[in-house]
Amino acid sequence: MTGIPVGRIVRFALLSLGALTILAPYIFMISTAGKTQSDIFTAALSLIPQHFYFAENFAKALDKVPMATLLWNGVVVCGLIFFFQVAVAIPCAYAMAKLKFRAARMMMVLVMLGLLVPIHATALPLYVAFDRVSLLNSYTALVAPFTISVFAIFMFLQFFRAMPDDLIHAARLDGMSELGIVARVIVPNAWPAVTAFAIFSVVAHWNDLYWPLIVISKQAYATPPLGLMYFRAAEAGDDYGALMAATLIITLPLVAAFLLAQKRFVEGITMTGLKG
Amino acid sequence: MSSVTTAGSISAAALHRRSEDRTAWLLALPAIVLLFLFVLLPVIAVIFLGFTDFELGYGKFRIVGFENYAHLFSDRTFRKSLWNTTLYTAMVAPVSIALGLGVALLIEGELRARAFFRTVYFLPVASLIVAMATVWQYIFHPTIGPLNALLSLAGIPGPNWLGASNTVLYSLSIIGVWQSVGFNMVLFLAGLTAIPRELYAAAEVDGAKSALDRFFLVTWPMLGPTTLFVVTISITNAVKVFETVKMLTDGGPNKASEVLLFTIYQEGFVYMRVGYASAMTVVFLAILVVLMFLQYRVLDRRVHYT
Amino acid sequence: MGALSLRGLSKAFAGNAVLKGVSLDAEPGEFIALVGPSGCGKSTLLRILAGLDHADAGEILVGGKDMSNVAAADRNVAMVFQSYALYPHLTAGQNIAVPLAMKRLSRAQRLPLIGSLLPGQRETRAGIARDVREMSALLKIDHLLDRKPGQMSGGQRQRVALARAMVRHPSIFLMDEPLSNLDANLRVHARGEIVELHRRAGVPTLYVTHDQAEALSMADRVAVMIGGHLLQLAAPETIYNDPAHIEVARFVGQPRINIIPAQTENGRAGFEGIRLALMEKVASGPVSLGIRPEFVKLAPDGRSGLAGRIERLEFLGSEVIAHCRLQASGDAIVAKLAPHEARDLIAGMPVGILLPSEQAMVFGPEGRRLRTAAAAGARQEPAYV
Repeated sequence: MTGIPVGRIVRFALLSLGALTILAPYIFMISTAGKTQSDIFTAALSLIPQHFYFAENFAKALDKVPMATLLWNGVVVCGLIFFFQVAVAIPCAYAMAKLKFRAARMMMVLVMLGLLVPIHATALPLYVAFDRVSLLNSYTALVAPFTISVFAIFMFLQFFRAMPDDLIHAARLDGMSELGIVARVIVPNAWPAVTAFAIFSVVAHWNDLYWPLIVISKQAYATPPLGLMYFRAAEAGDDYGALMAATLIITLPLVAAFLLAQKRFVEGITMTGLKG
Repeated sequence: MSSVTTAGSISAAALHRRSEDRTAWLLALPAIVLLFLFVLLPVIAVIFLGFTDFELGYGKFRIVGFENYAHLFSDRTFRKSLWNTTLYTAMVAPVSIALGLGVALLIEGELRARAFFRTVYFLPVASLIVAMATVWQYIFHPTIGPLNALLSLAGIPGPNWLGASNTVLYSLSIIGVWQSVGFNMVLFLAGLTAIPRELYAAAEVDGAKSALDRFFLVTWPMLGPTTLFVVTISITNAVKVFETVKMLTDGGPNKASEVLLFTIYQEGFVYMRVGYASAMTVVFLAILVVLMFLQYRVLDRRVHYT
Repeated sequence: MGALSLRGLSKAFAGNAVLKGVSLDAEPGEFIALVGPSGCGKSTLLRILAGLDHADAGEILVGGKDMSNVAAADRNVAMVFQSYALYPHLTAGQNIAVPLAMKRLSRAQRLPLIGSLLPGQRETRAGIARDVREMSALLKIDHLLDRKPGQMSGGQRQRVALARAMVRHPSIFLMDEPLSNLDANLRVHARGEIVELHRRAGVPTLYVTHDQAEALSMADRVAVMIGGHLLQLAAPETIYNDPAHIEVARFVGQPRINIIPAQTENGRAGFEGIRLALMEKVASGPVSLGIRPEFVKLAPDGRSGLAGRIERLEFLGSEVIAHCRLQASGDAIVAKLAPHEARDLIAGMPVGILLPSEQAMVFGPEGRRLRTAAAAGARQEPAYV
């Protein structure tokens, strides 16, 4: 009980060491974004730049990367995907969980199958199809394949099953239609599940490189990861100062969102994670 | 034996059930249509394309049976790619699971700085992996990178991390572990909080004196379902590695970092050999199916106790 | 020297005092029920005894030896938890074997796989299996040994938890509301069984419950804890008939005791016609009178007793509870009557309320019981005012 709590000190030291390793890339990112070329080449380990070159590096990055377009594209694509996923999944999950639905078993099989199939497996035929209908390089191509999320159906299904049937019976006695029940009883009560899924969905699609890389070849429709890739390819040299500045700008929105609402983030990931 | 009234009420109930069934169909219809359009149909198409010599840009194609699969067996790039994916998974999954569990156990016992550490370890999950990959590229840079600068301080000549074929997979694995430790930690933390406190009290009264005794008597078995889930998701995520490879190595040097998804991408969308790439995709899907099957059939029964 | 002594145990959580100097002595083989409302500190006391929590002050003596700094694992204390706390991944048999394995096998021998290869463990394991079988036969759960907790009913789990606690022959037995998760029928049955098992084991037992009926019916002595204080430790009859504190009187008894505000003057406590001579010197001022509902009588004709009115009648089969109000003071009075006594009563009717001065108890302003001349003597036919 008394004396030096050796266990606590060891634990704290271990955790701090690990945290430092995790944070190292961020520290170097910020520090390098403020260094001149010569600084970068001579003093890799000094964290504080000798000449503060932040403004120049950021200017260079912003000049080369159409940051506003990238972020806007990211927001539009993630927003549309999330909207459609929820709008499609909630009514379906409600029908499966709370209505006498003869096809519920078949739907369950479909959902379980769907959980197995990532975009990487369906990308080839989808690409061919989008090419045939000339939809490559469009928001439609970026959004359409993700409008159906079996994972969302699965998660809302679990959530709705735990909701008391009496809630729905009471709504029916109050004279609501089934669609009215979904809109006015189910959705407001499914809020924790919706926010959890929102975080899961946005993190997944904000980060996705595979599908945008396939269907987009024009800067105008590039999402943040794709835009950063273009910038990297264009800056063939070792101008790490500008590159780190660009990385910093592009990482910031989601990290800031996470830091502001980290409790929700962790909850969201845990909830979607554990129920997946 | 049924009287008129019961027959009447039965048909009313059937009518009611039918109308409810119809509503259910309507509510589920958008999902069903999209599921067919964007999941089922493409999967069937990919299996079909795997038996053809379809190439994008050519109008015609023919069915070639198992020719693509036969070719896969002798394709050195594909075999290298499968082997690299296996190696990468064999490194990243166990290490990130073990570290995730370790960090979760340490954080669980931490009182004051608990929230801070949780935030820090989770940060990579919320960061754009493509962006962080470029940071890692700088850290791993053979001449100006801080990692080798640090090693040279200690008098160790640093390797060409991402540029040499004997270290590139390890370097990518380090990034993979860095990225997924926090995710696994959060899942384990959730699993830990779900363990009833009274079980630890019972273990203590029963004579489990050391923390290690209590870990083996309570924590580890009670974490079973969480661990199974973390194992499955870690393996699937590792098998799906693509972003870091595409950003940092393009499969090189000398195919030393060719991984499954990168090879499929290369074949299908760069060389446009859709038929051949589809056959690879079928192999990729088969791996996922086997992993799922292992989770549900073999392991699931051992870790759920009720 | 008692088998178990607690001396001045205090405990605070984050500045919140939960135990405020609790002392208690248990005789060998004694069954003590710790009863009190939730949050009174009874569960904390149990956890401190088990070694799961540590007291801020005070000491725990078992057979004269101080246990305060002994780890839970080494105290040889057994505990039955409210949720039973059975290890869900182990079968009933394995659950019961855990405390024995922890004690008799070395750490290396307990390791999975490797442990079973080490020398000497085979005989030890056979001994453990024998003890588990013996204990499960005693509790009639032999047929459950291969089942996991998830496949057992609540009653069965409770028996397995009891077996796990008893199998090691502990020097103290602690139970934390072990019956609260059972349904009502099973609970009454299980009371008798636990008392019987306790008698066989012959070990001092501390039994925590919030159910006064459980405490009164099972225990040799009842300890009433309220707000971190042990207010009284006595035989069940004494707790009921002769409470030492107003909170004890309030907590024990169904329906609750009637408490009426009264005044002391010249060493006598008075309320309406009641005058009770106090045995000790008390300054004049407000006190409380306590009268159990079964001693209150009602006069339907209203010609005797204090004027009042019946507000509500509850028919409970073997008895009738009459909720009344005194006209003059507005105090609520509850009377417990035999059905034949309540035959002519109707809710809303005016009634004469008879309060027995011999059965009235006086409590000081701080709640302590003040002895009266009447209560000190032998119980007589009550004189009603």
